[in-house]
Amino acid sequence: MKPLSDLVAAIEQAESAKELVTAVENLAAQPQPAAVPILIEVLGYNNPGAAVAAVEGLAALGSVAVPELLTQLDGHNYTARAWAIRALALIGDPRGLLTLLGAATADFATSVRRAAAKGLGFLRWEWFPAEVQAMARQEVLEALLFALQQDEEWVVRYGAIVGLEGLGRAFPEWVEGRSAWRAQLQTSAVADPVPTVRARAHHAHQRLQEMTAPPLPVAASPLNAQDWQTILTNLYQRRAAEREANPTPDWDAVGPLSPPSQD
Amino acid sequence: MHHPEAIALLIESLTDEGDRTSAGGYPLRRNAARALGKLGDRQAVGPLMEALACTDFYVREAAAQSLAMLQAPAAIAPLRRLLRDQVPDTEPAPEPPHLAQPYDALIEALGDLGAPEAIADIEPFLAHEVPRIALAAARALHQLTGQASYGDRLVQGLAHPDLQLRRAALADLGATGYLPAATAIAQTLAENSLKLMALRGILEKNLGDGPPAPHLQPVLQLMDDLL
Repeated sequence: MKPLSDLVAAIEQAESAKELVTAVENLAAQPQPAAVPILIEVLGYNNPGAAVAAVEGLAALGSVAVPELLTQLDGHNYTARAWAIRALALIGDPRGLLTLLGAATADFATSVRRAAAKGLGFLRWEWFPAEVQAMARQEVLEALLFALQQDEEWVVRYGAIVGLEGLGRAFPEWVEGRSAWRAQLQTSAVADPVPTVRARAHHAHQRLQEMTAPPLPVAASPLNAQDWQTILTNLYQRRAAEREANPTPDWDAVGPLSPPSQD
Repeated sequence: MHHPEAIALLIESLTDEGDRTSAGGYPLRRNAARALGKLGDRQAVGPLMEALACTDFYVREAAAQSLAMLQAPAAIAPLRRLLRDQVPDTEPAPEPPHLAQPYDALIEALGDLGAPEAIADIEPFLAHEVPRIALAAARALHQLTGQASYGDRLVQGLAHPDLQLRRAALADLGATGYLPAATAIAQTLAENSLKLMALRGILEKNLGDGPPAPHLQPVLQLMDDLL
């Protein structure tokens, strides 16, 4: 294994777009937490090949990359932001939840919406405490149904179906009780204008019927109590904003919840 | 969609004399020819066939593309005449290599229109020095014959050092529906959005109604992984 400094130097000294891609690929092939800052920096280089490799490296590193990715989202470089969201979608860390919810439903770039929609279906649900999980999965379901019903781009609707299938695999019994979930997949399977989207909806429906439900494991997460508090507070804010925009939300589906305490 | 006034105006613009470039091109005619393909109104077929004889190379190119979009089999004969360079007073492209005709657009249109009578006209272009045109020939010949060798020729294009060529090969494979190319498409060094479009094209040439057949499900998995 080459020392990190050599790999980083190769990126900094790359003299052509192609050399840069190779250098980033070499770094991404040996993912190590100390490489996170340089991988994130590469997202802003305006070199798609290098960015793809950097996203793969960040995805391989997983949760350790998340805090810095979230910081990157505050930057003004839109391309870098879009790649960072794609990395968050691949990692599935709960701290990326609110970003993915917003990106799947409202980002102006198709590639970001499609990645976020898929990512929402593959969050690390086993890390969530029960109370946050109940609210988060309901928000995810609504965002994915919105994307599937409303997005004009076929590939985002396709991503939403992949996300809905992922959600169905994570919570088979819960989604069975959500009639909108099953109904929308069935509607898309016959009524979407794009044959590929119809085929994917059919496929999702079929695979979920064949599935034998594995119980969701419970696992220790790298998140601390403050992280969960932030997620919960943001979910409440998102929910309140939706309630203002839509006077008849489906509150029954969430169940009774108390507001988050501030301690 | 109904835009009767727009269609009439655009058709009129195909014979416009007012808007000329210093080299003698007709920019308004080019744009009108492109728009008429997208609007999908069959009234445009006759006027676009006349535009195939325009002196301006780019007007002929746009007319050929639009006639393919309009699925106009009547255009097959004039497209073949152009491909054989038998139409007088057609000027070559203003830029090097100064092609006599927009061969790739003509060949793609003949493939999309399903013109087996054009196979012999297209075959020599497989060896054309411009790689983009050779790819177009492989695409059309695969559409017209279904022979795997032409599909494999396009798959080789996915590994071309030039990104523009790899993108063109992706679009060509999407138009052929050559299923054995699916894995190579997913691995091509190009934008995921273009690979997704190509895989969608392949899938839809092979899909029936109802659930996707088992042999198509790996294509869906490749697409899932590209999101």
